[in-house]
Amino acid sequence: MFEPILLRRVDLPRSETIEVYLANGGYQALRQALAMSPDDLVAMVKRSKLRGRGGAGFPTGLKWSFMPRDAEHKYLAVNTDEGEPGTFKDRKLIEEDPHQVIEGAIIAAYAVGAEHAFVYIRGEFFLGVKRWNKAINDAYAHGFLGKDIMGSGFDLDMTVHRGAGAYICGEETAMLNSLEGRRGEPRIKPPYPAQVGYHQEPTLVHNVETLANVPHIVLNGDEWYRGVGTENSTGPKIFCVSGHVYRRGVYELPLGTPLSTIIHDYAGGIPGGKQLKAVIPGGASTPFVTAKNVDVPMDFESLAAIGSALGTGAIVVMDEDTCMVDVALRAARFFAHESCGKCTPCRVGGRRILDLLQRIVDGAGAPGDTERLYSLCDGIAGHTFCPMGDAMVAPIRSSLDLFADEYQRHLPGGCAAAH
Amino acid sequence: MINPGQLASTDAMERARLLTALYVAQEQYGYLTDEAVQRVAERLHMAPGKVYETATFYSMYRMQPMGRYVIQVCEGLSCHLAGGAERLLDYLVERLGISPGETTEDGLFSLVSVQCLAACDVSPAMRVNDTLYTDLTFDEVDSILDRLGGR
Repeated sequence: MFEPILLRRVDLPRSETIEVYLANGGYQALRQALAMSPDDLVAMVKRSKLRGRGGAGFPTGLKWSFMPRDAEHKYLAVNTDEGEPGTFKDRKLIEEDPHQVIEGAIIAAYAVGAEHAFVYIRGEFFLGVKRWNKAINDAYAHGFLGKDIMGSGFDLDMTVHRGAGAYICGEETAMLNSLEGRRGEPRIKPPYPAQVGYHQEPTLVHNVETLANVPHIVLNGDEWYRGVGTENSTGPKIFCVSGHVYRRGVYELPLGTPLSTIIHDYAGGIPGGKQLKAVIPGGASTPFVTAKNVDVPMDFESLAAIGSALGTGAIVVMDEDTCMVDVALRAARFFAHESCGKCTPCRVGGRRILDLLQRIVDGAGAPGDTERLYSLCDGIAGHTFCPMGDAMVAPIRSSLDLFADEYQRHLPGGCAAAH
Repeated sequence: MINPGQLASTDAMERARLLTALYVAQEQYGYLTDEAVQRVAERLHMAPGKVYETATFYSMYRMQPMGRYVIQVCEGLSCHLAGGAERLLDYLVERLGISPGETTEDGLFSLVSVQCLAACDVSPAMRVNDTLYTDLTFDEVDSILDRLGGR
Protein backbone atom coordinates (compact mmCIF):
# COMPACT_ATOMS: atom_id res chain seq x y z
CA MET A 1 0.00 0.00 0.00
CA PHE A 2 1.41 3.38 -1.01
CA GLU A 3 1.97 5.75 1.90
CA PRO A 4 0.34 9.07 0.97
CA ILE A 5 2.61 12.10 0.65
CA LEU A 6 0.32 14.98 -0.30
CA LEU A 7 -2.70 13.64 1.57
CA ARG A 8 -0.80 12.33 4.60
CA ARG A 9 -2.40 14.83 6.97
CA VAL A 10 -5.93 15.17 5.63
CA ASP A 11 -7.49 12.61 7.97
CA LEU A 12 -6.04 14.17 11.11
CA PRO A 13 -8.49 16.09 13.27
CA ARG A 14 -8.32 19.84 12.49
CA SER A 15 -5.88 19.11 9.66
CA GLU A 16 -6.53 22.57 8.22
CA THR A 17 -5.01 24.42 11.17
CA ILE A 18 -1.48 25.73 11.40
CA GLU A 19 -1.03 23.97 14.76
CA VAL A 20 -1.61 20.55 13.25
CA TYR A 21 0.52 21.42 10.24
CA LEU A 22 3.43 22.56 12.44
CA ALA A 23 3.10 19.50 14.66
CA ASN A 24 3.43 17.29 11.58
CA GLY A 25 6.51 18.63 9.92
CA GLY A 26 5.00 21.82 8.51
CA TYR A 27 7.15 24.77 7.40
CA GLN A 28 10.40 22.84 7.90
CA ALA A 29 10.86 22.71 4.15
CA LEU A 30 10.52 26.49 4.02
CA ARG A 31 13.30 26.90 6.57
CA GLN A 32 15.55 24.64 4.49
CA ALA A 33 14.61 26.35 1.23
CA LEU A 34 15.37 29.83 2.57
CA ALA A 35 18.85 28.60 3.49
CA MET A 36 19.43 27.62 -0.14
CA SER A 37 20.09 29.96 -3.04
CA PRO A 38 17.20 30.46 -5.45
CA ASP A 39 19.34 28.99 -8.24
CA ASP A 40 19.96 25.83 -6.24
CA LEU A 41 16.23 25.52 -5.58
CA VAL A 42 15.39 25.85 -9.26
CA ALA A 43 18.03 23.24 -10.07
CA MET A 44 16.67 20.90 -7.42
CA VAL A 45 13.10 21.12 -8.70
CA LYS A 46 14.37 20.63 -12.26
CA ARG A 47 16.18 17.46 -11.17
CA SER A 48 13.03 16.22 -9.42
CA LYS A 49 11.28 16.23 -12.84
CA LEU A 50 8.09 17.52 -11.21
CA ARG A 51 5.52 18.36 -13.88
CA GLY A 52 2.45 20.57 -13.57
CA ARG A 53 -0.65 18.88 -12.18
CA GLY A 54 -3.25 21.25 -13.62
CA GLY A 55 -3.57 19.49 -16.95
CA ALA A 56 -0.75 20.56 -19.25
CA GLY A 57 2.08 18.75 -17.44
CA PHE A 58 4.72 21.39 -18.09
CA PRO A 59 8.05 20.79 -16.23
CA THR A 60 7.92 22.93 -13.09
CA GLY A 61 11.65 23.65 -12.76
CA LEU A 62 11.81 24.77 -16.38
CA LYS A 63 8.90 27.13 -15.79
CA TRP A 64 10.75 28.62 -12.81
CA SER A 65 13.87 29.15 -14.91
CA PHE A 66 11.83 31.10 -17.49
CA MET A 67 11.12 33.83 -14.93
CA PRO A 68 13.47 36.74 -15.64
CA ARG A 69 16.00 37.36 -12.89
CA ASP A 70 16.29 41.10 -13.20
CA ALA A 71 12.64 42.23 -13.37
CA GLU A 72 11.72 44.71 -10.66
CA HIS A 73 8.28 43.24 -9.98
CA LYS A 74 7.38 39.58 -10.21
CA TYR A 75 4.31 37.67 -9.10
CA LEU A 76 3.06 34.20 -8.34
CA ALA A 77 -0.51 33.16 -9.12
CA VAL A 78 -1.90 30.09 -7.41
CA ASN A 79 -4.56 28.55 -9.61
CA THR A 80 -7.37 27.25 -7.40
CA ASP A 81 -10.00 27.62 -10.11
CA GLU A 82 -10.74 23.92 -10.20
CA GLY A 83 -13.63 23.28 -12.55
CA GLU A 84 -12.71 20.49 -14.95
CA PRO A 85 -15.66 18.08 -14.71
CA GLY A 86 -14.67 15.05 -12.65
CA THR A 87 -11.97 16.93 -10.72
CA PHE A 88 -12.16 17.61 -6.99
CA LYS A 89 -8.58 17.22 -5.74
CA ASP A 90 -7.64 20.88 -5.28
CA ARG A 91 -10.76 21.45 -3.22
CA LYS A 92 -9.60 18.65 -0.93
CA LEU A 93 -6.08 20.05 -0.68
CA ILE A 94 -7.13 23.57 0.23
CA GLU A 95 -9.97 22.62 2.52
CA GLU A 96 -8.05 19.97 4.45
CA ASP A 97 -4.40 21.04 4.31
CA PRO A 98 -4.03 24.62 3.02
CA HIS A 99 -0.68 25.24 4.70
CA GLN A 100 1.00 22.60 2.56
CA VAL A 101 0.04 24.62 -0.52
CA ILE A 102 1.01 27.91 1.11
CA GLU A 103 4.42 26.52 2.06
CA GLY A 104 4.96 25.30 -1.51
CA ALA A 105 3.87 28.71 -2.81
CA ILE A 106 6.28 30.59 -0.56
CA ILE A 107 9.16 28.36 -1.67
CA ALA A 108 8.25 28.84 -5.33
CA ALA A 109 7.98 32.61 -4.84
CA TYR A 110 11.40 32.67 -3.17
CA ALA A 111 12.95 30.62 -5.98
CA VAL A 112 11.76 33.05 -8.67
CA GLY A 113 11.87 36.25 -6.60
CA ALA A 114 8.15 37.00 -6.60
CA GLU A 115 6.99 39.74 -4.22
CA HIS A 116 3.30 38.89 -4.12
CA ALA A 117 1.33 35.69 -4.45
CA PHE A 118 -2.25 35.87 -5.66
CA VAL A 119 -4.50 32.97 -4.83
CA TYR A 120 -7.22 32.79 -7.47
CA ILE A 121 -9.99 30.60 -6.14
CA ARG A 122 -13.16 29.41 -7.77
CA GLY A 123 -16.01 31.62 -6.59
CA GLU A 124 -18.16 28.65 -5.59
CA PHE A 125 -15.58 27.32 -3.11
CA PHE A 126 -17.03 29.08 -0.08
CA LEU A 127 -15.35 26.85 2.47
CA GLY A 128 -12.09 26.97 0.50
CA VAL A 129 -12.09 30.79 0.61
CA LYS A 130 -12.54 30.71 4.38
CA ARG A 131 -9.81 28.13 4.85
CA TRP A 132 -7.39 29.98 2.57
CA ASN A 133 -7.95 33.29 4.35
CA LYS A 134 -7.59 31.80 7.82
CA ALA A 135 -4.46 29.89 6.81
CA ILE A 136 -2.87 32.97 5.24
CA ASN A 137 -3.59 35.07 8.33
CA ASP A 138 -2.07 32.39 10.55
CA ALA A 139 0.99 32.15 8.29
CA TYR A 140 1.46 35.93 8.63
CA ALA A 141 1.09 35.68 12.41
CA HIS A 142 3.83 33.03 12.53
CA GLY A 143 6.18 35.03 10.32
CA PHE A 144 5.95 32.73 7.29
CA LEU A 145 4.51 35.57 5.21
CA GLY A 146 5.18 39.29 5.25
CA LYS A 147 8.50 41.01 5.79
CA ASP A 148 11.80 39.20 6.36
CA ILE A 149 10.34 35.69 6.41
CA MET A 150 12.08 33.57 9.08
CA GLY A 151 14.93 36.07 9.20
CA SER A 152 15.90 35.42 5.57
CA GLY A 153 15.40 38.94 4.28
CA PHE A 154 12.82 37.59 1.80
CA ASP A 155 9.47 39.42 1.74
CA LEU A 156 6.25 37.97 0.37
CA ASP A 157 2.62 38.97 0.59
CA MET A 158 -0.27 36.67 -0.24
CA THR A 159 -3.89 37.54 -0.95
CA VAL A 160 -6.99 35.60 -1.93
CA HIS A 161 -8.94 36.66 -4.98
CA ARG A 162 -12.33 35.09 -5.53
CA GLY A 163 -13.44 34.20 -9.03
CA ALA A 164 -17.09 34.57 -9.95
CA GLY A 165 -18.13 31.56 -11.94
CA ALA A 166 -16.29 30.96 -15.21
CA TYR A 167 -14.52 27.70 -16.11
CA ILE A 168 -12.30 29.53 -18.57
CA CYS A 169 -10.58 31.37 -15.72
CA GLY A 170 -8.67 28.16 -15.04
CA GLU A 171 -6.77 28.99 -18.23
CA GLU A 172 -3.77 30.94 -17.01
CA THR A 173 -4.07 34.08 -19.12
CA ALA A 174 -7.83 34.28 -18.59
CA MET A 175 -7.12 34.04 -14.88
CA LEU A 176 -4.69 36.95 -15.11
CA ASN A 177 -7.35 39.08 -16.80
CA SER A 178 -9.82 38.13 -14.10
CA LEU A 179 -7.28 39.02 -11.41
CA GLU A 180 -7.03 42.44 -13.04
CA GLY A 181 -10.80 42.88 -12.75
CA ARG A 182 -11.58 42.18 -16.38
CA ARG A 183 -13.66 39.66 -18.27
CA GLY A 184 -11.90 36.33 -17.99
CA GLU A 185 -11.00 36.01 -21.63
CA PRO A 186 -7.70 34.38 -22.60
CA ARG A 187 -4.79 36.39 -23.97
CA ILE A 188 -2.84 35.27 -26.98
CA LYS A 189 0.36 33.34 -26.25
CA PRO A 190 3.23 34.07 -26.63
CA PRO A 191 4.12 36.11 -24.69
CA TYR A 192 3.73 33.65 -21.82
CA PRO A 193 2.91 34.82 -18.30
CA ALA A 194 6.52 34.26 -17.23
CA GLN A 195 7.35 37.24 -19.45
CA VAL A 196 4.13 39.24 -19.50
CA GLY A 197 1.67 38.34 -16.78
CA TYR A 198 -0.26 40.16 -14.07
CA HIS A 199 -0.29 43.86 -14.95
CA GLN A 200 2.28 43.13 -17.64
CA GLU A 201 4.83 41.85 -15.10
CA PRO A 202 6.45 38.39 -15.11
CA THR A 203 4.12 35.96 -13.35
CA LEU A 204 4.57 32.34 -12.39
CA VAL A 205 1.28 30.44 -12.54
CA HIS A 206 0.87 27.12 -10.76
CA ASN A 207 -1.85 24.65 -9.95
CA VAL A 208 -2.48 23.94 -6.26
CA GLU A 209 -1.41 20.28 -6.44
CA THR A 210 1.86 21.19 -8.17
CA LEU A 211 2.77 23.53 -5.32
CA ALA A 212 1.79 20.91 -2.73
CA ASN A 213 4.61 18.71 -4.07
CA VAL A 214 7.30 21.34 -3.60
CA PRO A 215 7.85 21.15 0.20
CA HIS A 216 8.32 17.37 -0.04
CA ILE A 217 10.97 17.72 -2.73
CA VAL A 218 12.86 20.26 -0.63
CA LEU A 219 12.61 18.18 2.56
CA ASN A 220 13.43 14.78 1.11
CA GLY A 221 15.53 15.66 -1.91
CA ASP A 222 15.05 15.28 -5.63
CA GLU A 223 16.53 11.78 -5.68
CA TRP A 224 13.89 10.54 -3.24
CA TYR A 225 11.20 12.25 -5.30
CA ARG A 226 12.36 10.59 -8.51
CA GLY A 227 12.01 7.27 -6.70
CA VAL A 228 8.24 7.76 -6.72
CA GLY A 229 6.46 7.25 -10.06
CA THR A 230 8.09 6.45 -13.39
CA GLU A 231 11.27 7.69 -15.01
CA ASN A 232 9.73 10.73 -16.68
CA SER A 233 6.49 11.05 -14.72
CA THR A 234 7.85 11.40 -11.23
CA GLY A 235 6.10 11.79 -7.92
CA PRO A 236 2.67 11.12 -6.50
CA LYS A 237 -0.61 12.10 -8.15
CA ILE A 238 -4.00 12.64 -6.65
CA PHE A 239 -6.55 10.77 -8.75
CA CYS A 240 -10.22 11.70 -8.44
CA VAL A 241 -12.45 8.75 -9.21
CA SER A 242 -16.13 9.20 -10.01
CA GLY A 243 -18.85 7.63 -12.12
CA HIS A 244 -19.62 3.90 -12.02
CA VAL A 245 -17.45 2.68 -9.14
CA TYR A 246 -18.21 1.49 -5.63
CA ARG A 247 -16.02 4.01 -3.82
CA ARG A 248 -15.83 7.42 -5.45
CA GLY A 249 -13.17 9.68 -4.01
CA VAL A 250 -9.55 10.86 -4.12
CA TYR A 251 -6.69 8.36 -4.18
CA GLU A 252 -3.07 9.42 -4.02
CA LEU A 253 -0.81 7.00 -5.87
CA PRO A 254 2.49 7.10 -7.72
CA LEU A 255 2.29 8.22 -11.33
CA GLY A 256 2.39 5.11 -13.47
CA THR A 257 -0.13 3.16 -11.38
CA PRO A 258 -2.27 1.14 -13.81
CA LEU A 259 -5.72 2.56 -14.43
CA SER A 260 -7.27 -0.85 -13.73
CA THR A 261 -5.58 -0.97 -10.31
CA ILE A 262 -7.09 2.40 -9.37
CA ILE A 263 -10.55 1.41 -10.55
CA HIS A 264 -10.65 -2.07 -9.04
CA ASP A 265 -8.29 -2.15 -6.06
CA TYR A 266 -8.90 1.37 -4.77
CA ALA A 267 -12.32 2.46 -6.03
CA GLY A 268 -13.78 -1.02 -5.52
CA GLY A 269 -14.65 -1.83 -9.11
CA ILE A 270 -17.87 -1.42 -11.04
CA PRO A 271 -21.17 -1.96 -9.23
CA GLY A 272 -23.52 -4.74 -10.25
CA GLY A 273 -20.78 -6.92 -11.72
CA LYS A 274 -21.02 -4.95 -14.94
CA GLN A 275 -18.32 -4.67 -17.56
CA LEU A 276 -16.32 -1.53 -18.20
CA LYS A 277 -17.10 0.36 -21.38
CA ALA A 278 -14.97 3.49 -21.22
CA VAL A 279 -13.01 5.74 -18.91
CA ILE A 280 -12.24 9.44 -19.05
CA PRO A 281 -8.72 9.38 -17.58
CA GLY A 282 -7.98 13.04 -16.92
CA GLY A 283 -11.09 15.20 -16.87
CA ALA A 284 -13.74 15.94 -19.50
CA SER A 285 -11.23 17.28 -22.03
CA THR A 286 -9.22 14.06 -22.33
CA PRO A 287 -10.09 11.39 -24.94
CA PHE A 288 -11.74 8.17 -23.75
CA VAL A 289 -9.83 5.05 -22.79
CA THR A 290 -11.66 1.82 -23.65
CA ALA A 291 -11.66 -1.54 -21.89
CA LYS A 292 -8.83 -2.94 -23.99
CA ASN A 293 -6.48 -0.25 -22.66
CA VAL A 294 -7.65 -0.29 -19.05
CA ASP A 295 -4.27 -1.51 -17.80
CA VAL A 296 -2.58 1.65 -19.10
CA PRO A 297 -0.13 3.14 -16.56
CA MET A 298 -1.48 6.50 -15.41
CA ASP A 299 1.41 8.72 -16.40
CA PHE A 300 1.99 11.44 -18.97
CA GLU A 301 3.80 9.29 -21.56
CA SER A 302 1.71 6.12 -21.39
CA LEU A 303 -1.59 7.97 -21.83
CA ALA A 304 -0.20 10.06 -24.68
CA ALA A 305 0.95 6.83 -26.36
CA ILE A 306 -2.64 5.55 -26.54
CA GLY A 307 -3.98 8.88 -27.78
CA SER A 308 -5.29 10.27 -24.51
CA ALA A 309 -3.84 12.44 -21.74
CA LEU A 310 -3.29 12.51 -17.99
CA GLY A 311 -4.98 15.90 -17.71
CA THR A 312 -5.96 16.58 -14.11
CA GLY A 313 -6.08 12.89 -13.17
CA ALA A 314 -9.86 12.95 -12.94
CA ILE A 315 -11.01 9.42 -13.72
CA VAL A 316 -14.64 9.07 -14.76
CA VAL A 317 -15.70 5.43 -15.11
CA MET A 318 -18.53 4.30 -17.39
CA ASP A 319 -20.05 0.82 -17.38
CA GLU A 320 -21.35 -1.25 -20.29
CA ASP A 321 -24.84 0.27 -20.13
CA THR A 322 -23.64 3.83 -20.66
CA CYS A 323 -24.75 5.56 -23.86
CA MET A 324 -21.62 7.19 -25.22
CA VAL A 325 -23.56 9.58 -27.43
CA ASP A 326 -25.31 10.83 -24.32
CA VAL A 327 -21.91 11.22 -22.61
CA ALA A 328 -20.67 13.22 -25.61
CA LEU A 329 -23.80 15.37 -25.38
CA ARG A 330 -23.12 16.14 -21.72
CA ALA A 331 -19.52 17.04 -22.44
CA ALA A 332 -20.68 19.26 -25.30
CA ARG A 333 -23.23 20.96 -23.07
CA PHE A 334 -20.55 21.80 -20.56
CA PHE A 335 -18.10 23.22 -23.07
CA ALA A 336 -20.73 25.14 -25.03
CA HIS A 337 -21.91 26.68 -21.76
CA GLU A 338 -18.40 27.58 -20.65
CA SER A 339 -17.08 28.98 -23.93
CA CYS A 340 -16.07 32.55 -23.15
CA GLY A 341 -17.16 33.71 -26.58
CA LYS A 342 -13.97 35.49 -27.49
CA CYS A 343 -13.29 33.50 -30.65
CA THR A 344 -15.73 32.15 -33.18
CA PRO A 345 -14.71 28.49 -33.65
CA CYS A 346 -15.27 27.77 -29.96
CA ARG A 347 -18.31 30.00 -29.45
CA VAL A 348 -20.26 29.00 -32.55
CA GLY A 349 -18.71 25.58 -33.17
CA GLY A 350 -19.41 24.46 -29.63
CA ARG A 351 -23.03 25.47 -29.98
CA ARG A 352 -23.37 23.67 -33.33
CA ILE A 353 -21.88 20.48 -31.87
CA LEU A 354 -24.32 20.67 -28.97
CA ASP A 355 -27.32 21.16 -31.25
CA LEU A 356 -26.30 18.25 -33.50
CA LEU A 357 -25.73 15.90 -30.59
CA GLN A 358 -29.00 16.92 -29.00
CA ARG A 359 -30.94 16.09 -32.11
CA ILE A 360 -29.12 12.77 -32.51
CA VAL A 361 -29.94 11.79 -28.92
CA ASP A 362 -33.53 12.95 -29.44
CA GLY A 363 -33.80 10.56 -32.35
CA ALA A 364 -34.03 13.33 -34.91
CA GLY A 365 -30.57 12.86 -36.34
CA ALA A 366 -30.05 12.93 -40.10
CA PRO A 367 -27.77 10.85 -42.28
CA GLY A 368 -24.37 12.53 -42.43
CA ASP A 369 -24.58 13.95 -38.90
CA THR A 370 -21.44 12.14 -37.77
CA GLU A 371 -19.56 13.58 -40.73
CA ARG A 372 -20.92 17.01 -39.78
CA LEU A 373 -19.61 16.51 -36.26
CA TYR A 374 -16.18 15.52 -37.56
CA SER A 375 -16.13 18.56 -39.78
CA LEU A 376 -16.98 20.84 -36.84
CA CYS A 377 -14.23 19.23 -34.77
CA ASP A 378 -11.75 19.90 -37.57
CA GLY A 379 -12.90 23.49 -37.71
CA ILE A 380 -12.42 24.06 -34.00
CA ALA A 381 -9.31 22.11 -32.99
CA GLY A 382 -6.16 24.15 -33.41
CA HIS A 383 -8.11 27.22 -34.47
CA THR A 384 -8.88 28.86 -31.15
CA PHE A 385 -7.11 31.42 -28.98
CA CYS A 386 -6.73 29.09 -26.03
CA PRO A 387 -6.72 25.33 -25.39
CA MET A 388 -10.48 25.34 -24.77
CA GLY A 389 -11.15 24.57 -28.43
CA ASP A 390 -9.00 21.44 -28.32
CA ALA A 391 -10.50 20.52 -24.96
CA MET A 392 -14.02 20.78 -26.35
CA VAL A 393 -13.25 18.62 -29.36
CA ALA A 394 -11.40 15.82 -27.52
CA PRO A 395 -14.38 13.94 -26.04
CA ILE A 396 -16.50 14.46 -29.17
CA ARG A 397 -13.95 13.25 -31.68
CA SER A 398 -12.93 10.43 -29.40
CA SER A 399 -16.52 9.23 -29.04
CA LEU A 400 -16.96 9.36 -32.84
CA ASP A 401 -13.75 7.37 -33.37
CA LEU A 402 -14.31 4.75 -30.69
CA PHE A 403 -18.08 4.36 -30.65
CA ALA A 404 -19.12 4.86 -34.26
CA ASP A 405 -21.52 1.93 -33.93
CA GLU A 406 -23.44 3.70 -31.15
CA TYR A 407 -23.84 6.80 -33.29
CA GLN A 408 -25.09 4.65 -36.15
CA ARG A 409 -27.66 3.02 -33.88
CA HIS A 410 -29.04 6.49 -33.13
CA LEU A 411 -29.46 7.39 -36.79
CA PRO A 412 -32.38 7.37 -37.27
CA GLY A 413 -34.47 6.46 -34.27
CA GLY A 414 -33.93 7.25 -30.59
CA CYS A 415 -31.49 6.08 -28.01
CA ALA A 416 -32.80 3.56 -25.52
CA ALA A 417 -29.86 3.87 -23.13
CA ALA A 418 -30.15 7.63 -22.69
CA HIS A 419 -33.71 7.62 -21.45
CA MET B 1 -3.00 45.03 4.58
CA ILE B 2 -1.28 44.92 1.23
CA ASN B 3 -0.80 47.12 -1.75
CA PRO B 4 0.53 44.90 -4.52
CA GLY B 5 2.02 46.02 -7.78
CA GLN B 6 3.36 49.49 -7.08
CA LEU B 7 4.30 49.71 -10.74
CA ALA B 8 0.77 49.30 -12.02
CA SER B 9 -1.22 52.50 -12.35
CA THR B 10 -3.75 53.54 -9.73
CA ASP B 11 -6.56 53.03 -12.25
CA ALA B 12 -5.44 49.48 -12.89
CA MET B 13 -5.19 48.73 -9.20
CA GLU B 14 -8.70 50.09 -8.66
CA ARG B 15 -10.01 47.94 -11.44
CA ALA B 16 -8.40 44.88 -9.85
CA ARG B 17 -10.88 45.35 -7.00
CA LEU B 18 -13.87 45.12 -9.31
CA LEU B 19 -14.84 41.48 -8.76
CA THR B 20 -14.77 41.99 -5.00
CA ALA B 21 -16.72 45.24 -5.26
CA LEU B 22 -19.39 43.51 -7.33
CA TYR B 23 -19.79 40.84 -4.66
CA VAL B 24 -20.25 43.54 -2.02
CA ALA B 25 -22.77 45.40 -4.15
CA GLN B 26 -24.68 42.20 -4.85
CA GLU B 27 -24.81 41.45 -1.16
CA GLN B 28 -26.21 44.92 -0.43
CA TYR B 29 -28.68 45.17 -3.29
CA GLY B 30 -29.66 41.50 -3.63
CA TYR B 31 -28.67 41.61 -7.29
CA LEU B 32 -26.77 43.99 -9.55
CA THR B 33 -29.34 46.67 -10.14
CA ASP B 34 -28.55 49.65 -12.37
CA GLU B 35 -27.96 51.66 -9.23
CA ALA B 36 -25.56 49.05 -7.86
CA VAL B 37 -23.56 49.03 -11.09
CA GLN B 38 -23.54 52.84 -11.09
CA ARG B 39 -22.26 53.02 -7.53
CA VAL B 40 -19.50 50.48 -8.15
CA ALA B 41 -18.47 52.45 -11.23
CA GLU B 42 -18.27 55.68 -9.22
CA ARG B 43 -16.28 54.12 -6.43
CA LEU B 44 -13.72 52.59 -8.77
CA HIS B 45 -13.67 55.54 -11.20
CA MET B 46 -14.77 53.35 -14.07
CA ALA B 47 -17.37 53.80 -16.80
CA PRO B 48 -20.61 51.98 -15.86
CA GLY B 49 -20.42 50.17 -19.19
CA LYS B 50 -17.07 48.67 -18.22
CA VAL B 51 -18.48 47.47 -14.93
CA TYR B 52 -21.51 45.98 -16.66
CA GLU B 53 -19.33 44.34 -19.32
CA THR B 54 -17.34 42.54 -16.66
CA ALA B 55 -20.22 41.65 -14.36
CA THR B 56 -22.19 39.95 -17.13
CA PHE B 57 -19.24 37.70 -17.98
CA TYR B 58 -19.42 35.83 -14.69
CA SER B 59 -22.23 33.49 -13.74
CA MET B 60 -22.17 34.29 -10.02
CA TYR B 61 -23.24 37.88 -10.51
CA ARG B 62 -26.98 38.12 -10.71
CA MET B 63 -28.42 40.67 -13.06
CA GLN B 64 -32.01 40.05 -11.96
CA PRO B 65 -33.68 39.38 -8.63
CA MET B 66 -33.32 35.89 -7.24
CA GLY B 67 -34.93 34.05 -4.37
CA ARG B 68 -33.66 34.33 -0.84
CA TYR B 69 -32.30 30.80 -1.20
CA VAL B 70 -30.65 29.90 -4.49
CA ILE B 71 -30.58 26.14 -4.98
CA GLN B 72 -27.99 24.83 -7.43
CA VAL B 73 -28.10 21.25 -8.67
CA CYS B 74 -25.25 19.75 -10.68
CA GLU B 75 -26.18 18.11 -13.96
CA GLY B 76 -22.59 17.37 -14.96
CA LEU B 77 -21.34 14.07 -16.30
CA SER B 78 -20.11 12.48 -13.08
CA CYS B 79 -23.29 13.30 -11.19
CA HIS B 80 -25.34 11.99 -14.09
CA LEU B 81 -23.44 8.69 -14.20
CA ALA B 82 -23.67 8.24 -10.46
CA GLY B 83 -27.43 8.53 -10.79
CA GLY B 84 -29.76 10.54 -8.67
CA ALA B 85 -28.80 14.01 -9.89
CA GLU B 86 -31.60 14.22 -12.45
CA ARG B 87 -34.05 12.71 -10.00
CA LEU B 88 -32.98 15.31 -7.45
CA LEU B 89 -33.61 18.10 -9.95
CA ASP B 90 -36.98 16.58 -10.93
CA TYR B 91 -37.90 16.30 -7.29
CA LEU B 92 -37.07 19.94 -6.62
CA VAL B 93 -39.02 21.01 -9.71
CA GLU B 94 -42.03 19.11 -8.44
CA ARG B 95 -41.75 20.18 -4.85
CA LEU B 96 -41.10 23.87 -5.52
CA GLY B 97 -43.38 24.04 -8.53
CA ILE B 98 -40.81 25.92 -10.62
CA SER B 99 -38.47 25.05 -13.47
CA PRO B 100 -34.71 25.59 -13.41
CA GLY B 101 -34.05 29.31 -13.86
CA GLU B 102 -37.23 30.31 -12.04
CA THR B 103 -38.06 31.68 -8.60
CA THR B 104 -40.99 30.74 -6.39
CA GLU B 105 -43.77 33.34 -6.16
CA ASP B 106 -43.01 34.08 -2.52
CA GLY B 107 -39.44 34.93 -3.52
CA LEU B 108 -38.02 32.30 -1.21
CA PHE B 109 -36.38 29.81 -3.60
CA SER B 110 -34.66 29.99 -6.96
CA LEU B 111 -33.69 26.80 -8.75
CA VAL B 112 -30.63 26.65 -11.00
CA SER B 113 -29.06 23.70 -12.80
CA VAL B 114 -25.27 24.06 -13.00
CA GLN B 115 -22.45 22.23 -14.72
CA CYS B 116 -20.03 21.22 -11.99
CA LEU B 117 -19.88 21.77 -8.24
CA ALA B 118 -16.55 19.87 -7.88
CA ALA B 119 -18.51 17.42 -5.73
CA CYS B 120 -18.35 14.47 -8.13
CA ASP B 121 -17.51 12.06 -5.30
CA VAL B 122 -20.51 12.96 -3.15
CA SER B 123 -23.40 13.37 -5.59
CA PRO B 124 -26.29 13.81 -5.71
CA ALA B 125 -25.34 17.23 -4.41
CA MET B 126 -26.92 20.63 -4.24
CA ARG B 127 -25.79 23.97 -3.00
CA VAL B 128 -28.10 26.37 -1.18
CA ASN B 129 -26.43 29.79 -1.15
CA ASP B 130 -23.05 29.14 0.53
CA THR B 131 -23.72 25.63 1.78
CA LEU B 132 -23.01 22.41 -0.08
CA TYR B 133 -25.23 19.42 0.75
CA THR B 134 -23.93 16.03 -0.36
CA ASP B 135 -25.07 12.41 -0.81
CA LEU B 136 -28.66 13.62 -0.62
CA THR B 137 -31.82 11.61 -0.15
CA PHE B 138 -35.28 13.04 -0.81
CA ASP B 139 -35.98 12.97 2.94
CA GLU B 140 -32.94 15.13 3.55
CA VAL B 141 -34.00 17.52 0.81
CA ASP B 142 -37.41 17.78 2.47
CA SER B 143 -35.95 18.60 5.84
CA ILE B 144 -33.57 21.19 4.36
CA LEU B 145 -36.41 22.92 2.52
CA ASP B 146 -38.68 22.75 5.58
CA ARG B 147 -35.99 24.26 7.75
CA LEU B 148 -35.47 27.11 5.29
CA GLY B 149 -39.19 27.86 5.47
CA GLY B 150 -40.39 25.90 2.47
CA ARG B 151 -43.75 24.34 1.98
